[in-house]
Amino acid sequence: MTNKINIFKKFSGYALAVFTLFLVVSNTLLADETPTIDEEIHANVSHEALPEEAKGPIDISAIAIEHVSDAHSWHFWGEGHHSVSAPLPIILKGNNGLAFFMSSEFNHDNEGKVIVEKNGDRYVMFDEKIYYANETPNAYGQYVTLTSEDKEVSVSNPAVLDFSITKNVTQMFISVLLLLWLFTSIAKTYKKQGITSAPKGKQSFFEPLIVFVRDDIAKGNIGHGSDKYVPYLLTVFFMILVNNVFGMIPIGANLTGNIAFTLVLSVATMIVTNINGNKNYWSHIFLPHAPKAIWPILIPIEVVGILTKPFALMMRLFANMTAGHIIIVSLVGLIFVFKTIYIAPVSVAFALFIDVLECLVAFLQAYVFTMLTALFIGSAVADHNGDGAHNDDDEKLVAGH
Amino acid sequence: MNSIFILASLIEPAIGLIFWTTITFILLLVLLGKFAWKPILSAIKTREKGIEDALASAETALKDMRELKSNNEKILAEARAERDNLLKEARDTKDTIIAEAKAKSQTEADRIMSSAREQITNEKNAAIAELKNQVATLSIEIAEKILRSELSSDEKQKALISNLMKDVNLN
Repeated sequence: MTNKINIFKKFSGYALAVFTLFLVVSNTLLADETPTIDEEIHANVSHEALPEEAKGPIDISAIAIEHVSDAHSWHFWGEGHHSVSAPLPIILKGNNGLAFFMSSEFNHDNEGKVIVEKNGDRYVMFDEKIYYANETPNAYGQYVTLTSEDKEVSVSNPAVLDFSITKNVTQMFISVLLLLWLFTSIAKTYKKQGITSAPKGKQSFFEPLIVFVRDDIAKGNIGHGSDKYVPYLLTVFFMILVNNVFGMIPIGANLTGNIAFTLVLSVATMIVTNINGNKNYWSHIFLPHAPKAIWPILIPIEVVGILTKPFALMMRLFANMTAGHIIIVSLVGLIFVFKTIYIAPVSVAFALFIDVLECLVAFLQAYVFTMLTALFIGSAVADHNGDGAHNDDDEKLVAGH
Repeated sequence: MNSIFILASLIEPAIGLIFWTTITFILLLVLLGKFAWKPILSAIKTREKGIEDALASAETALKDMRELKSNNEKILAEARAERDNLLKEARDTKDTIIAEAKAKSQTEADRIMSSAREQITNEKNAAIAELKNQVATLSIEIAEKILRSELSSDEKQKALISNLMKDVNLN
């Protein structure tokens, strides 16, 4: 056993060294060939018209970011006009009311060149964002005004309020339907088979997870009265878990790695924590057990703490899931950066390693988010001032004297 | 495409996704809470309680059984003692009965013996009396015959008288 661990340690050490080397090399290569902004915009526009060799260097980071970002259509494979993707509904709140149309009306355009006109509003899509179109196109046929400033391109057109059913929203709907079907059917099994028989099938896989969330996460961190929060914790846990796993499927959407999604979940945690906060919780924030002289420092820190806890939740899930996907894309991208097939085995090996790691992370992050949510709720509803365990010790000390 | 530009869009939450996530998450929470978590959690709790109860009742049953076993042993011991007692009593009764029977038969035998003896004595006495009577009668007959023969002639009578006279001393 220990031998195996040693080998693994050795291997991961080498792996880390080689991986770092690759990152450094690829960065230098990219740095050498980074085009100017104008060239880049131009390259963008003319990519599809040019033959394979004439295209500029592949910007792996752009591809990676695009890969983890939300989109208005569900892209499966292919490039540009040859790409195979499922159109998704676009819902916009324009100047002249709501507009509904399918993303296919943009005709795979993502560079602001195709205008869709609804209710007298003219829309274009640039980088998966929808803007009001300019009256006239620029030199490259784009109906958007691009300004470049210190390597940063930005669109100065007014953005449209976008309530589209994007790729992430679609996946969320699918995951919700899956969760509803899964757990209502499990609930039915309990009703049908009764509670005396041993769990079977789905039931036997999910019951330990449910019991784990109830006993180890909820009861372990909240203690007495944890039952009230178990449904919320279970919902959060399985929502994150299912979408983490969906995100690992190659054509799946990176919902849990999207900051809007994690924002909503952490705001939900913040609301649940604060509306259940008892007298002790609030007195810990506004009347801390400390000399009054340092209250001006402590109270703002505690108040900011109300926000930083959910903020950390939001960033942790977002960053972990996004980072995993970016690493995999980057590793595969090495093949295109080096323009040789011989790097492929290395890329595949590392991508596989990260993929396996991501399997762990999918469960781990669902667990961490739920566990920290339970911890925050636990500290807000604890019977004693502040954190229960700490004060128990204090009381014991006092009792001892 | 410029990477920094898109990177900024990564950490910029999209209003649409926030909107849909909020609605969906609240709906999911309500629906799962009502139709999934509530029945599942209550079923698991009921089962756990059932298992706990079953274990407790098994423990009680074991205790009961142990008690029963010790009771049984006690009862068995009692039964054994009872049996011994009964046997002893029976033996005693038997002895008493035998002794009584013996005593009774002894008395009866004694009584029979004594009555037999009495009868024998009576019979003997009767026989003796009879014999005496017979002897007396015979003696008288003999005496009569003798007398008759003795006194059948004159000489004999005179001889007798003389004989008798000889004995008589006239003093």
